[in-house]
Amino acid sequence: MESLVPLFRMEGISKRYGGVRALQQADLDVRAGRVHAILGENGAGKSTLIKIMSGVVAPDEGRMLLDGREVSFPDPAAANAAGIVCIFQELSLIPDLSVADNIVASNPPGRFGLIDRKAQRRLAEAALARAGGEDIHPMALVRDLPLSRRQMIEIARALTRTPRVLILDEATSALAAADVTRVFDVLKRLKAEGIALLYISHRMHEIAELADDCTVFRNGRRIATYEAGTKSDNEVVEMMIGREYSHVFPPKPAAPVAGAFVLEARNLGWTARLNDISFGVRAGEVVGLGGLDGQGQRELLLALFGVLRGISGQVLIDGKPVSIGSPRAAKADAIGMALIPEDRKTEGLMLQMSVRDNLSFATLSELAHGGIIDRDAERDAVDEMIELLGIKTDGVSVPAGSLSGGNQQKLVIAKWLMRKPRIILLNDPTRGIDVGTKQEFYQLLRKLADAGAAIVLYSTDYDELIGCCDTVLVLYDGTVKRTLRGADITERALISLALNIDPVAGDAPRNAMVAE
Amino acid sequence: MLEATTRLNGRRRDWRQRIDAPVATAFGCIVLLLVLGSFYSSNFLSPQYLLQQLKVGAFLGIIATGMMLVILLGQIDLSVPWTVTLGAMMASAAAAHGAVGEALAIPVGIVCGLLIGIVNGVGVAYLRIPSMIITLAVNAVAQGLMVAYTGGFAPGDSASAAMRYLAAGTILGVPNAAIMWLVTGLLAVFLLNRTTFGRAIYGIGNKETAAYLSGVPTQRVVMIAFALSGALAAFGGVLLAGYAGKAAQSMGDAYLLPSIAAVVLGGTSILGGRGSYLGTIAGVILITLLQSILSVMQIAEFGRQIIYGIIIVVMLLLYGREKIVR
Amino acid sequence: MTDWRFHLAQQRGTLTALAIFIAMFVFYVANHPAGFTANVVQTVANKGVLLALVAMAQTLVVLTAGIDLSVGMIFILCNCVASYVVSGSALTTTVGIAGVIALGALCGAINAMIVIFGRLQPIVTTIATGAVYFGIALWIRPFPGSSPDFNSDIADALTGKIFDVVPTSFVVLLGVVLLLWLPFQGSVIGRAVYAVGSSEQAAYMSGMPVRRAKFAAYVLGGMLAAAGGLFLTFFTYSGEASLANGNTYTLYSIAAVVLGGVSLFGGRGSAIGAIFGALAFRAIGDLLFVFDVEPLWQPLFQGLVLLLAVSIGSARLFQVRNRLELFT
Repeated sequence: MESLVPLFRMEGISKRYGGVRALQQADLDVRAGRVHAILGENGAGKSTLIKIMSGVVAPDEGRMLLDGREVSFPDPAAANAAGIVCIFQELSLIPDLSVADNIVASNPPGRFGLIDRKAQRRLAEAALARAGGEDIHPMALVRDLPLSRRQMIEIARALTRTPRVLILDEATSALAAADVTRVFDVLKRLKAEGIALLYISHRMHEIAELADDCTVFRNGRRIATYEAGTKSDNEVVEMMIGREYSHVFPPKPAAPVAGAFVLEARNLGWTARLNDISFGVRAGEVVGLGGLDGQGQRELLLALFGVLRGISGQVLIDGKPVSIGSPRAAKADAIGMALIPEDRKTEGLMLQMSVRDNLSFATLSELAHGGIIDRDAERDAVDEMIELLGIKTDGVSVPAGSLSGGNQQKLVIAKWLMRKPRIILLNDPTRGIDVGTKQEFYQLLRKLADAGAAIVLYSTDYDELIGCCDTVLVLYDGTVKRTLRGADITERALISLALNIDPVAGDAPRNAMVAE
Repeated sequence: MLEATTRLNGRRRDWRQRIDAPVATAFGCIVLLLVLGSFYSSNFLSPQYLLQQLKVGAFLGIIATGMMLVILLGQIDLSVPWTVTLGAMMASAAAAHGAVGEALAIPVGIVCGLLIGIVNGVGVAYLRIPSMIITLAVNAVAQGLMVAYTGGFAPGDSASAAMRYLAAGTILGVPNAAIMWLVTGLLAVFLLNRTTFGRAIYGIGNKETAAYLSGVPTQRVVMIAFALSGALAAFGGVLLAGYAGKAAQSMGDAYLLPSIAAVVLGGTSILGGRGSYLGTIAGVILITLLQSILSVMQIAEFGRQIIYGIIIVVMLLLYGREKIVR
Repeated sequence: MTDWRFHLAQQRGTLTALAIFIAMFVFYVANHPAGFTANVVQTVANKGVLLALVAMAQTLVVLTAGIDLSVGMIFILCNCVASYVVSGSALTTTVGIAGVIALGALCGAINAMIVIFGRLQPIVTTIATGAVYFGIALWIRPFPGSSPDFNSDIADALTGKIFDVVPTSFVVLLGVVLLLWLPFQGSVIGRAVYAVGSSEQAAYMSGMPVRRAKFAAYVLGGMLAAAGGLFLTFFTYSGEASLANGNTYTLYSIAAVVLGGVSLFGGRGSAIGAIFGALAFRAIGDLLFVFDVEPLWQPLFQGLVLLLAVSIGSARLFQVRNRLELFT
C-alpha cells in the first residue's frame, strides 16, 4: 500500500542545546504503509528528531505537517493523541508500577477519574498478546522484569495507542532472536494495515530485512534518502561518517600468543547466571566474549572485578588463586585489573565533575602523599592521558558531561590507562560511539596488547570480535558454548553458536538471522 | 610553547570558575543586607557589630561545616540537635570531675559526637539505611540518653574554663569563637580541595556507582564524613556551653534547620556533588546577619520566622533552581 | 493463584506495619491493668489518630519522592486557626472547619507551586515554608488560648465514643481512608503520583500528568495535616503555637511513614501502612508506660526501638549478590 502524500512531514527543523546544534534544517517524509529506516552516528541528530516528533521537546525552527496540516506538540500526550507513538531507547516504563498499569498509563480505562482495574487488565492482556508477549504476567512489577521483557511491554504499550506513525528507537537491542522475529511479524502486519513505521537501528541486518526507505543523517542534517537495498553497506557508512571508510582492523600477530596465563578462571559460577566457566588470558592476548545479549558476559566481567558476591570456583592471577572482594582490591598493584564499565554515564564517569577530576579519580592514592593530592603530578598525568588518547576537550576544568559520547568513552578508558593496568576488562566499549573514534580505539587496543596487557573484550558487534580478538568465547546461558581461535572466528560461527546451533553439524541453521 | 600557554589558560579559567554564581549572589545579599540595615541604624556597619556577628555565627558555622560534608555526599544529618546538646552536656559533666576532667572536657565532648557520627555512618554506609531516617532515630536515642542522664532537669554542671575561653574570650580583639571557626574552615577547605578524601566525597555525591567502580573505598569515606559531622556538631555544642556558661536542654534544636539552610544558600546542591566551602561561609553569615537584623529591628518573633522563610525561598529561586532535563 | 502472590508482594510494607502494630497492641492490652476496655482503646486511638493524620499527609508527599518538613507547622497553624473558628453555632462551626481544611489545602498548594514551578527541591522548600507557616501561627496565637464560645460539643463528639464502644476518632480515620485515600489510590491522579515518585522522567514520557500529580499530592497532604490540627483542637480545646510540638510531629511523621513501609525514594507504599506505622510508634510509649518503665527512660527506649525498626530492612542486604544493586 503506498500513498503519494506523505502522512507526516518535517520541514526545516532546527534545534540547539546551548552551543550545540543538534539539528540543522532537517527534513523528513514519512509515508503510510512503509517502513522508513533512519541511520546515523550518535550525535547525528536522530534522537533529537524523534524527541521533537513525539512531543518531548519543541523545535527552535521549522514545522511539522500531519496529513498536510501543520501541527505542534507541547508534550508527549499531545503527540500520542495525534497518533504519533514512540518506543524510546531509554525505556519509559515506570518501575514500581505493574505491567498492566504501564501499558495503559497514558489513557487508563475508567470513569470520573477512577481506574477500572478489570478493564485495564483485559486491555493489557490483549496488547501483550498482539505484541507476542503472552508470557508476561500483567500484575508483575516492571522493576522485577529483565530488559528483554521490558522492551516487549513497551511495544505492547505502543500498540494500544492506535498509532498512525510508530517510531522504534533501537527498540530491539536487547531482544533474543525469537522475540525479534515475533516483533518483526507484528511490524509487517502493522505496515499492511497502513501504519507508517520509523525504524532507528544500528543493525544493518535488521534494516535490510525490514526497511522500504532509508535516510542517513549526519551532524544534524539529512544527507540522503534512498530505497532500501540500492546502496552497499560501505556506501552507507561513508555517508554516515562523511569520508572514505574502510572497515580495517590493525593486523593481529602472526603467531598465537604464548606464555602462561596472567588471568585464569576455573569453574567459575554465580547464582544461575554463570555456570562452570573456565578460561585463561595470556599477556598480550585479546580474548573476546561473544554470544547474544544477556548470556552472562557482563556478569563474568563483574565477577572477575570483585563486584559480585557468592562466587564459586577460582580466579587465579599469575597462577596463584586470589580472592577479589571489591574493585578496590582488583585495581591494586598486585593484581592490576581495570574494568571499562557498560554505561559510561552512570558507571564510568561523574558527569558534573571536571575532566581532570574524572581522569585522576582511579589513581588518586598514587598521585597523593599521605592523602594529600600532588597537584603537579596530577596535572602532568592528566595532560599525558589527554594527549595519548587524543581527547577533544575545551580544557580540563569543563564538566565531563559536556564532551561528546566518543570523547566521554575515551575519558573512561584514559582514567584506567593512567594506572597502567596489566589486565583490562572491557564491557561493550564501543556501543554508541562514532565510527571515527572506534577506529582509534581498535588501534589503541592492539597497541596495549602488543605492550603486554591481557585483555578481555565483550562486544555486541561481531565485526569487532572478529577483527580484534585472538580468541573468542561464545557464551550461551552462562556457559562457554565454544572457544574459537584465530581463523575459526567467523561471523557464521559466532552467530550460530550464539543461537546455540552447532555450525559444524552440516545444515545451515533454519533460524539464522543473517542473510548469507 | 603552545603547551605552556594552554596550561596557563587552563589554570586561569579554573580560578574564575571557582567563584560561581551562588556564592557571588550570597555575598551580594550580605552586602545588601548590611546596606539596608545601615539605613535603619549606622551601627550595622560598625566593627564591633560585625565582629559580634562573626562570633555568634561561628557556632552555626562550625556545625554547618559538618552538615556540608554530609550534604555533599547527597545525604543529610538530622541528628545535629541532640548531638550538639550531648556534646555540651558531656563536656560539662567531664569538667565537673576534678582537674583531669577539666582538662579533658573538650575532647570528651568531641569524642561523644564522633561516636554518634560513627553510628550514623555505619547505618548509612554499611546498612544502607536512608540517612534521613537513621539520623532521625539516632537523634531520638541521643535525646533519650540525655533525658535519662539529667533526669529531665537542666544540667547542673558548668562549662570548664577552657570552654569558656574558647567560646567567649578574645585574642587581640578578635573573638576566639571566630578564630575556632576560621581554623575549622581552613581545615575543611584543605580537606575538600587537596585530599583524596575530599575528592572522593565529591565523587560519591556525584555518582556513587561510578566512584565505587573506580576502586574508591566509598563505604569508609561515607562513614568518616558522618563521624566528622557528629564531631563538629558536638564541638559546636561544647563551644555553645562555654559561651553560655553551661549546657541546656534542647539547646541544639535551633541549629538544625539553619545549618541546612546555610549550606544550601551557599550554593551547595542538596542532591550532593557540588558546592564550595566559601559558599557555606557566605550562607552562615547571611543567616546570622538576617536573624540579628530582624531581632535588632525589634521585629516580633513571628515576623522574624515569616521573613526568614520568605527570604530563603526567594534566594533559592534566584540561583538554586534545577534545570529542566528532557 | 499467582494473582494473590502479586497482590501480597505489593502490599508487603503495609502488611508488615499492620503485623507489628497488632503485636504491640495485643501486648499492650494484655498487660494493661484495665485490660481491653473501651476507655483504653479510646485513649490509644485519640493519641494515635493525630500522628496518623500527619503521617498520611507526609505519605502523599513522600510518594512523589519528595519530603514535607512543613507538615508539622501546617498542623500547628491549623490548630491555632481552629481554636478561633470552631465556635458558635453548628453552622459557624461547620464553616470554620471547612475553612481550616481549605487553609491546609492552601499551604499545600504554596508548597506545590514552589516545587513545581520554582523547581526547588522539596526538602529546602518545606524548611522555609514551614518557618512561614509557624510564623503565622505565632502571630495569631502568641499565647495558648481558645475562643470564648468554643464549640466543645462538637469537640467532645468527635473525640468520644460511638455506641460507647468505638472511638469516634477511629471512625473518622476510617472515613478518611475509605472516602479519600482509597478512591485516590485508584484514580488516574493517584496512579500518576506513584509514577512520578518511581521515575518522573518515565512518567512524563508516558504522557502522565506529572505537574497535576505533584500538586494533588501536596494539596491533599496539606488538607490531611489540617485535619490533624483540627483534631488537636478538639482534644485540647485550644490552640498553641508550639515550635517543639510542630517539629516533633514533622519528624515523627517521617518515622511513621518509614515504619509503615513507604519508601523514602518514592513510588512505593500506602497511607494505610503509614497509619499503622504511626499507631505502632505511639504504642511504644504506651507500652513502656504499662511496663512501669521510668518515664525518664521512655524517650531512650522510643529511640532505640525506632533505630531497631529501621535497621530491620537492612537484613535484605545479606541476600544481595551483585553489589551494584546497593547503589540506587
